[in-house]
Amino acid sequence: MKMINLKIDGTPVTVPEGTTILEAARQAGVKIPTLCFLKDINEIGACRMCVVEIKGARALQAACVYPVSEGLEVITNSAKVRKARKITLELILSNHDRRCLECSRSQNCELQSLSRELGVNEIRFPALSDKKLLPIDSISPSVVRDPNKCVLCRRCVSVCKNVQTVGVIDTMERGYRTVVASPFGKSLAETPCVNCGQCIAVCPTGALTEKSEKKEVWNAIADPDKYVVFQTAPAVRFSIGEAFGMPIGSRPTGKMVTAIRRLGVDKVFDTDTGADLTIMEEGTELLNRIKNGGKLPLITSCSPGWIKFCEHNFPDFLDNLSSCKSPHEMFGAVIKTYYAKKMDIDPAKIFVVSVMPCTAKKFEAKRDELKNSSGYVDVDAVLTTRELASMIKEAGIDFTNLPDSDFDDPMGNATGAAVIFGATGGVMEAALRTVADILTGKELKEIDYHAVRGVEGIKTAEVEVAGKTLRVAVASGLGNARKLLNSIRSGEATYDFIEIMACPGGCVNGGGQVIQPSQVRSWVDLRALRAKATYEEDAALPIRKSHENPVIKALYSEFYGEPGSELAHHDLHTHYHKRDNY
Amino acid sequence: MDNGCLKNDEKYQKLLEVIEANKNIRGSLIRVLHDAQEIYGYLPIEVQKVVAEGLGIPLAEVYGVVTFYAQFSTKPKGEYKVSVCLGTACYVKGSDKLLEKLQEELGIKVGDCTQDGKFSIEACRCIGACGLAPVFTINSDVYGKKIPDDVPGIIAKYKN
Repeated sequence: MKMINLKIDGTPVTVPEGTTILEAARQAGVKIPTLCFLKDINEIGACRMCVVEIKGARALQAACVYPVSEGLEVITNSAKVRKARKITLELILSNHDRRCLECSRSQNCELQSLSRELGVNEIRFPALSDKKLLPIDSISPSVVRDPNKCVLCRRCVSVCKNVQTVGVIDTMERGYRTVVASPFGKSLAETPCVNCGQCIAVCPTGALTEKSEKKEVWNAIADPDKYVVFQTAPAVRFSIGEAFGMPIGSRPTGKMVTAIRRLGVDKVFDTDTGADLTIMEEGTELLNRIKNGGKLPLITSCSPGWIKFCEHNFPDFLDNLSSCKSPHEMFGAVIKTYYAKKMDIDPAKIFVVSVMPCTAKKFEAKRDELKNSSGYVDVDAVLTTRELASMIKEAGIDFTNLPDSDFDDPMGNATGAAVIFGATGGVMEAALRTVADILTGKELKEIDYHAVRGVEGIKTAEVEVAGKTLRVAVASGLGNARKLLNSIRSGEATYDFIEIMACPGGCVNGGGQVIQPSQVRSWVDLRALRAKATYEEDAALPIRKSHENPVIKALYSEFYGEPGSELAHHDLHTHYHKRDNY
Repeated sequence: MDNGCLKNDEKYQKLLEVIEANKNIRGSLIRVLHDAQEIYGYLPIEVQKVVAEGLGIPLAEVYGVVTFYAQFSTKPKGEYKVSVCLGTACYVKGSDKLLEKLQEELGIKVGDCTQDGKFSIEACRCIGACGLAPVFTINSDVYGKKIPDDVPGIIAKYKN
């Protein structure tokens, strides 16, 4: 690789050819401010916050898109540069709804941080008056879009169009009237938006947020007639610590359980138990389809963003989808039937709250098919990891200093197989652990399937199970899912079993997780750090196969009979339908 | 292809031909939109949906391009297109008052079309007839040095 020598603020640095000034500056220990930049997702030099002086160049240049060249001399900190950045920022702020105190992104807002870092103590231009405010789109059950907070950085546009290949938001109009929106003034709810929330995860401000359900949950907790059950998805525990200043990749599972208990809820259960149940049902479905010549490949159905994407874009694959409800929906149904009966609680009084790394789960919980299948709505409210963190703060709970505690019995027991659901390839691996044992009739010791681990967008492998070869594929991120399915459509590739997660890296990088600013997530791999914690937790658990979970065994012997039974089908499975685009 | 709400007529067939001819050419969206507007007179959502699906581009991107360029319109144009110049010279000579009067006379706003499809109004940039300021045009007829009181008489000529 050709190396380039340059000077940044007088410090010599040597970097590979093709490196941008922004990246080279990091080597020189210089932090250049950015706003629209998000590595690999949005590198367009639009916002002009990162301008620098280059010796010999006439105008200031955007460091995020300027490639280094031999002998370049860059000045990142001159009066001219500071003045230009500050005026640009002031102009952006002149068109911004500056009611920060009421904004859910306050204290985790890149625009706010920039204002502090650049020393904006006075904005010479008036703030948007109430009259000029544009309407807020809050019709979608998952995503709220407030154009008045938008800085037109286009990160959301890029992640939606280029990463997810969904493309339901773009820049409309021009000049001063430019706005990021859906076409024809439609609400996101009227578009093929899949509710994945990746737009929220990349938004530097409060322009894109989840539809909050905190109020409903607080009301349920305060209601003495309600029996409030919380369940937390596998990936939530590997991100929530970040909201309290813990390093990325921490595993504060025990503190999270204690914190939720202290919110005043009746039971804290683990969606992982639901994940183990999913493996039993889905594994059985896979074995049945293979045995009976059913439709293959079987494709996982845990990710509601992926499900809606499939309904819009690949209706010809609907029969390939596993009929299994997603783990939290299954678990909700179990709580309101089996658990309610066992504990003699009126299911109508049970209020199930799912804490998810996901915004699409909010939409999913409101799907008609899932509203009444067991006689009651499976899940009453869905909170994101961020909403839970905010409730913990509201309750004055000192998260980092909490003692650890365990999930409540009996529905808090889960296996390592369920824990890894949070990382891309995890559902596949969990299913293989169980399917291999069933097919061989043995308790296999080799249970780490490294071929399906890692953050690559598409992973394929041939796995030998009991003398049979299973062709498996794992895709995360909907652009990758599209690529994979197109290769199947064209006959180029054939598989038996596929795992698809809507978010790149799987649920650990879900649209409901704690938001890390560009200055952090551009330089570390969030997906890998959180996934590493996932596999550590799996390795530390005594039981690592779903079918060995005693709770699951009891559930089948006392209630469902066997996986795939009629009652199991009634309560734990669902169906899908084709959806129109616009 | 699903023709959505568009009638499967000669216009639609022509639109399909245009899309087919430009399908795999990078950057052909603007050309296709030009032709589509030529065919239908404007670019309603139904036409944009067919273009988006045909070229494999998200509707949001198509709509973004349509709203970026003043050349494209999402609303139908009238049989008589009234265009009022709001260039600097016309503006200082009071073309904004002319525009106001035209809107009042026709009962529509800038960018809209009358119910009967006869008239539409748009504001335009300098048309190079500054000597005649203030200027407005109706199709290819040019009206220069007019005052608001002249408007009803001029419009009446086209009404019949």
